[in-house]
Amino acid sequence: MTFGTTAPVDEQVLHHSPDGGEGEYLEIALGPHHPSTHGVFRMDVVLDGERVIKLKPVFGYLHRNHEKIAESASYLASMPYTDRLDYICSLTNNWAYALAVEKLAGFQVPERAEYIRVITAELTRLVNHTSTIGFLTQEMGASGTPLMYAFREREKILDLFESLTGSRMMCNYMRFGGCRVELPSGWLEQVKKIVEEFPRFLDEYEQLLTGNEIFMARAQGIGVLKKDLAINAGITGPMLRASGVNYDIRKVDKYGIYDRFDFRIPLGEHGDVYDRYMVRMLEMRESLKILDQAIRDIPSGPIMDPKAKIRGFRPKPGEAYGRIEAPKGELGFYLISDGSPHPYRYRVRPPSLINLTVLEDMCLGSSVADTIVIFGTVDIVLGEVDR
Amino acid sequence: MPETIDQIFVVLKHWLVGYSPVWLQPIVGAIVSVVAILVAFASLFALTTILERKGLGRFQNRYGPNRVGPFGLLQPVADGLKSLTKEDIVPHSADAVVHLLAPIVLVTAAFMGYAVLPVGRNMVAVDLDAGLLYFFAAGSIIELTIFMAGWSSRNKYSLLGAMRAIAQMISYEVPLILSSITVIMATGSLSTVDIVEKQAGYSGIWPHWFVFTPWGFAGFILFTIAAIAESNRSPFDLPEGESEIIAGYYVEYSGFKFALFFLGEYIGMFAVSGLAITLFLGGWSAPFSFLTWIPSYLWFFGKLLALIGLFIWIRSTLPRLRDDQLMNFAWKFMLPMALINLVTAGAWHFMSFGPVRWLVSTILVVVPYLLLGRGLMRSKKLETRIYRFAE
Amino acid sequence: MLGEGILKGLAETAKNFFGSFVSKERLTTVQFPEERLPQAEAARNFPFLVYDGHDWQAGLRCVACQICEKECPPKCIFIEKSKDKKPDSMGKQQFYPAVFNIDVSVCMSCQICVEVCPFDAIEMDTAFELSTGDRFDGLLWRKAQLAKPNSYFHQIHPTAAAEIDKRLAEAKAKAEAKAKPVAAAAQPDPAPPTKS
Repeated sequence: MTFGTTAPVDEQVLHHSPDGGEGEYLEIALGPHHPSTHGVFRMDVVLDGERVIKLKPVFGYLHRNHEKIAESASYLASMPYTDRLDYICSLTNNWAYALAVEKLAGFQVPERAEYIRVITAELTRLVNHTSTIGFLTQEMGASGTPLMYAFREREKILDLFESLTGSRMMCNYMRFGGCRVELPSGWLEQVKKIVEEFPRFLDEYEQLLTGNEIFMARAQGIGVLKKDLAINAGITGPMLRASGVNYDIRKVDKYGIYDRFDFRIPLGEHGDVYDRYMVRMLEMRESLKILDQAIRDIPSGPIMDPKAKIRGFRPKPGEAYGRIEAPKGELGFYLISDGSPHPYRYRVRPPSLINLTVLEDMCLGSSVADTIVIFGTVDIVLGEVDR
Repeated sequence: MPETIDQIFVVLKHWLVGYSPVWLQPIVGAIVSVVAILVAFASLFALTTILERKGLGRFQNRYGPNRVGPFGLLQPVADGLKSLTKEDIVPHSADAVVHLLAPIVLVTAAFMGYAVLPVGRNMVAVDLDAGLLYFFAAGSIIELTIFMAGWSSRNKYSLLGAMRAIAQMISYEVPLILSSITVIMATGSLSTVDIVEKQAGYSGIWPHWFVFTPWGFAGFILFTIAAIAESNRSPFDLPEGESEIIAGYYVEYSGFKFALFFLGEYIGMFAVSGLAITLFLGGWSAPFSFLTWIPSYLWFFGKLLALIGLFIWIRSTLPRLRDDQLMNFAWKFMLPMALINLVTAGAWHFMSFGPVRWLVSTILVVVPYLLLGRGLMRSKKLETRIYRFAE
Repeated sequence: MLGEGILKGLAETAKNFFGSFVSKERLTTVQFPEERLPQAEAARNFPFLVYDGHDWQAGLRCVACQICEKECPPKCIFIEKSKDKKPDSMGKQQFYPAVFNIDVSVCMSCQICVEVCPFDAIEMDTAFELSTGDRFDGLLWRKAQLAKPNSYFHQIHPTAAAEIDKRLAEAKAKAEAKAKPVAAAAQPDPAPPTKS
C-alpha cells in the first residue's frame, strides 16, 4: 500500500522485521485530519505492534506561496503576510522581517521603538509558550483543563495586543525603522498588571503538572534528542536548549537592545519531553523579568526613524539576513534586493520546519501515543512550515 | 413514618405484584424490578451526562451547556434526539452482524450487574447467595463486546483500540477481584445483601463501614482505581484515546449505536461504583446513627453521585497513562498491594479488638505502599529534576 | 510518596471548581450575544469611507488618488476615477471616485490603506456582525455601502477622529489665512456707479 504520491515504503522493511521474524506491519497515516497534529500535517508511520519503525512527515497542505508573492509585492505589502507565517506569534515575525529590511536599507530604530519591540516580543513569547504547554497536556489526554487555564491567561495578553495594534493575532505592527503607532494611554500599566499576576498562574500550573506522577511518566525519558544530533541538524530554540546547548540568539547576536537586560538562559540535560516543557516554563519566568525591566526603563521619544519611507521604498541593491530568537527557534529572513520596489529573492528560514527534520530520529521505537507527545514538544505551526 | 418512606418502593412492588394471579407472580415481580432498574439508572445516565459536562466546564473556568432548558438540564434530551436522527453508517467491509450485536450485548451485560446491588433496605432485585461472583461474571462480558466492536469494524484504528482495551481490562480485573476478596473474608459470605447488613450497625455514632478500617481504606482505593480502569475512563482511557486514535474501538459507529456505547460505558461505571459502595462504603446505610431517618435509597444514590463526582474530578485533572505504563501499574503495583491487603485483612480479623490491631494493620498497609511506590518510580527513573542556567 | 503530585493537582482543580462559583476570574465566559465585551478603541475589521456633513456624495473625502489601491497587499480595492471634478472640504476642485469597490472576501484587514491615505478618507470600521447570504455580490461592497459619516467615525474611534479633525481644521484655517490677502489683492477696483 502506498501513501498518495510519495514513494512506496521499502519492501525490505515491510515484510522482514529486524530480528528476522515474519511480522506484519501496520501502516497508518496520522493526519492530515487529526485533532493533535497542530494543523494540516501528516505523518506516515509504519508500526510494529505499537512501536514506530519508520516515520515520514508529509506537509505542504498549507502552502500559500508566501515567498513568491513577496517577489511581486512591495516591501511594505509583505509585512501583513509575515503575520500569517507563525500565526500565533505575529509580532516576532514582524520584527524579524523589519530587522532584515533595516539591515538592507540602513535604518536606525529610535530607543523608544526598541523598547516597545522588546515588550511586545516578550509578551508574544509568553503567549506562545502557554499555548504550547497547554496543547501538550491536551495531547497527553488531560481533557482540556490545563489548556483552558493557559488560554485564560493568553486572552489577557491578546486583549493587550488588540488595544495596541488593532488586532489580536494578525498584528502588522512593526515598520521598517520603528513601530506603527504610539502606545495608547494606560497600556503600560496594564502590562505591568499582567506581569505582576503571571507568576501566580505559573505557580498554579506547576502545581498541577510538574510533580504529577502521570505527567512525569509520560514525559521523562521520552523523545530524547542528543546534543550532537541537535547541533548537526540545525535545531534552534527551546528544543536545542533542552538538549543542553547554550545558544540563544538574544545573547549571541544581541540584536535590538537585549544586551541591556539581565536575564538567564535555562538549560536542560536529558533532552526529553520533560526538559523541553521545563525549559519553556523557566523561559516564561525569564521573560517576565525582561518585561519588568523594560517597563521600568522605557524612555519617551519618537517611534519611527525620520528617514524611513513607508511608500515607494527602494533599497539599494544588496542582500541582508535578519534573524531573531522567535519563541519557536531562530526565525530568519534573507532578502536580496536589486534596487526595485520588490525584493529579488525573499526567503524565510522557518524554525518549525527545521526542527521537524529530527522527528523520525526522536520517535523511532516509541509508541503512537508517545509520537504524538513528542510531536507536540517540537512545537510547530503549519503556517511556518509550509509558508 | 421514616420506615414507611424507606420501604415505599417495596410496598409499591408488592401491591403491583398482588394484582396478578399467583402462578404469574414471580415473573411479574421480576419484570417490575427490571423496569425499575432500567428507569432509575437510565435517568441517572441522562443526569450524569449533563453533570459531567457542566462539571468539566466549571473545572475549566467556563459554563457547561446552558442553552437547552433551564441550566441546560434538557441537554440529554437534545443529545438523544440527535443520536436517534443521525444516519446509521455501517462500513462496507464490516462484519454487519457482529457490528450490530456489539452495542446491544454491551448494554445488556452492563445492566445485568444491577441484579445483585442492594439499592436500599430490602431492595435488591435478586438475593443470590453468590451475588458477588455473578456480578464479576456479568462484568467480564463487557470486555468481549469491546473486542467485538473493534474487530468487526475492519479498521486499523479500531483494532488498535480494541486490543489496548482488552489488555487493559483483563489486567485490571485482577486487582478488582482481589481487593473485594478482603471484604468476603471479613463477612464470610458472597452475598451482597449480607455484606451490607454487616456494615449497617453503629458503635456509638460511628458506622461499621469497611472503608474506615486500614485494609478497607486501601481496598477501597485499589477498587476505585481498578473501577476507573474497567470503565475506560481517564486516566485510563487509552482505548478511546481521543487525541491519538480518535475514538478507538467505536470510531466506525454512528447514530444510535454510538449512543448505546456511551450508555453501556456509563452503566458499567455506575454498576462498578455501586459495587464499591456496597462493598466498602456501607451500601444503603447512613454515615452517622442520628441520620438513619433519611431513606436508605437516598443514601445509596447520594453516595453514588459522590463517587461519580470523584470520577469526573479525576477525569478533568489527570493526563492519560500510556498502555505499557498502565500494565506496569496494574501488575507491579496494584497486584502486590492487593495481595498484601489480603494479609492485612487476615491479620485484622484474627487479632483481638483494640488499638494494637489498628497499629499493625496500618503499618502493614502503609509501609509496602511507600516502598512499592518508591520502587516503581525509581525503576522508571522518574524524579523531580533541578535545572541549571547558563552562565 | 507516590500519588503526592496527583493529589496536589487534584487540589488545584478543586480550587478552580469552587472558585468558579464565587469569583469572576475563575469563570471567564462572556455569554455572547446577551453580554458583550467592549471593543478596544484601536480594533479594526474592514475599511469604510468617511464623508463630512450630511450629503455622502458631496462630502466624501476620497479624491480617487488610487494610492490605497496600489498599496493594498491582496489588491482588493478597485477604483475608477470620475471624469469631472467637484469641490472638496477646502473648496479646491478634486476628482472623486466614480466606482469604489472593496472585495471583503479578499481584504485581510491589514490597515495599510488607512496608513497610506493622504486625505484621511478611508478608515477602519469595527463592526463584525456582517454575515450575508450571498457569497459573491454580498461580499463586494460598493461606494454607497462603504460611505459612513464622520460622526460615526467619532463614535468608534474618538481619539483618532478628534485628532484628524483638529489637523484638518488647522490646515483649512491656514489655507484660508493664505487665501485672504491673495483674494484681497486680486479684488478689482470698485466698479464706477453706473447711470441708470
